[in-house]
Amino acid sequence: MMEITEGSHAVAEAVRLCRPQVVSAYPITPQTHIVEALADFVANGKLDAEYITVENELSALSACVGASAAGSRTYSATTSQGLMLMAEVVFNAAGMRMPIVMSIANRAMGAPLSIWNDMQDSIALRDAGWLHFYAEDNQEATDLHFLAYKVAEDPSVQLPALVCFDGFILSHTYEPVDVLSQEQVDTYLPKYAPAERLDANDPISFGMYATPEYYLEFRYEMNEAQKKAKAAIAKYGKEFGTLFGRDYSSLIETYRLDDAETAIIAMGSVCGTVKDAIDEMREAGKKVGLLRIRVFRPFPIEEIATALATVKRIAILDKNVSLGSRGGATAIEVRDAMYGSTIPVKGYILGLGGRDIRKKDIKEIVALCEKGEGDQFIGLRKEVL
Amino acid sequence: MALAVGCRFRPGKSRDNKTGSWRVFKPIFDHEKCSKCSMCQTLCPEGCILEDADGFFDPDYAYCKGCGICAAECPKEAIAMKQEEK
Repeated sequence: MMEITEGSHAVAEAVRLCRPQVVSAYPITPQTHIVEALADFVANGKLDAEYITVENELSALSACVGASAAGSRTYSATTSQGLMLMAEVVFNAAGMRMPIVMSIANRAMGAPLSIWNDMQDSIALRDAGWLHFYAEDNQEATDLHFLAYKVAEDPSVQLPALVCFDGFILSHTYEPVDVLSQEQVDTYLPKYAPAERLDANDPISFGMYATPEYYLEFRYEMNEAQKKAKAAIAKYGKEFGTLFGRDYSSLIETYRLDDAETAIIAMGSVCGTVKDAIDEMREAGKKVGLLRIRVFRPFPIEEIATALATVKRIAILDKNVSLGSRGGATAIEVRDAMYGSTIPVKGYILGLGGRDIRKKDIKEIVALCEKGEGDQFIGLRKEVL
Repeated sequence: MALAVGCRFRPGKSRDNKTGSWRVFKPIFDHEKCSKCSMCQTLCPEGCILEDADGFFDPDYAYCKGCGICAAECPKEAIAMKQEEK
């Protein structure tokens, strides 16, 4: 049923429909509306779950790990500083192979303090072993939660998943969203049935220590599970499309890319702006297309290399920066995917800490890329430097 | 020991986890020099030096971490630490 709803509330509704048995989270801007709504659902009897209130995010995710080990479908949400406070447990949850789903309303990292949007928070934890989904709009932010549980809980994967969407830009924006019914979600997402769980009558320990003879192999198995997640996303994304009309089987989405000379690569809500800018540039005779990365982990290396094989140049937008390197995480990883190709790849850092990204910024980037210029910040206010 | 997803194990793993693999130096006991004083067994922090039927002592290499206390304290210098290559 189509509803005009705030992004956070649409996500909270999706989470409710996934029937998590345990929710533990600590409120933080701009994630607050999600967990506030879930607390209401639990209090009002609309969601049959334990809502564990905690003193901070470290405890929130720790509670989720325990609940997941006990066999519960488990949910949390956070952003920015809250995610960093969780960081130790973020790695542990993946190593213990707990299929927790956590929403990230992406926000900049301090210092300086910023409550506004960029993607530095989740990107900083890209090596932790979680699956990373990035939504373009609120429909996708909603749908990806169903897919995330389905993939995370698949026996071949057993990894936690982040569903990331831009803080404020999506979380606080009202958009029409097709909210599924409980019957529809129950058809797609059956009850969580882990092979092993904590049980006092049959004791088992999770995440024991591994000596040097075994640790390397554990990390290898996690990396193999990431690779298997590709097949699971293809399978369950297609199933979602068959049932509900929106296909998420591909890790990437392309827009007017087939005959493009300049390919723009981006993630998240900025892709809406990019598509509009592309339409205007196409009308002006420029052959520009978009490759949107929907799944950052597992990273779509082969998909990107195939989709970009015939373009003349590649411009990558990053709302994050790996300080001290050549640019942002997307540019670094796409360059790796394109290794061996002679197609020039340029990265552009923009939109940090809530700075608006306008269509003219996208056009400026395309013009720079055509001139062979890049690996730079866009929209710097030189007068304050 | 086969890998378990998420490093999950039933109780009693210390029987399977042979901590002797941590060792860099391996104590070699020379029974010719040994006076059977049992100092090595008393001081072994791992409790893995065992007495045989003849009253001689030998480490259980599955658990000996190679700390060298036995060799340092042996009054007869009957224990030599040898670098081990694996």
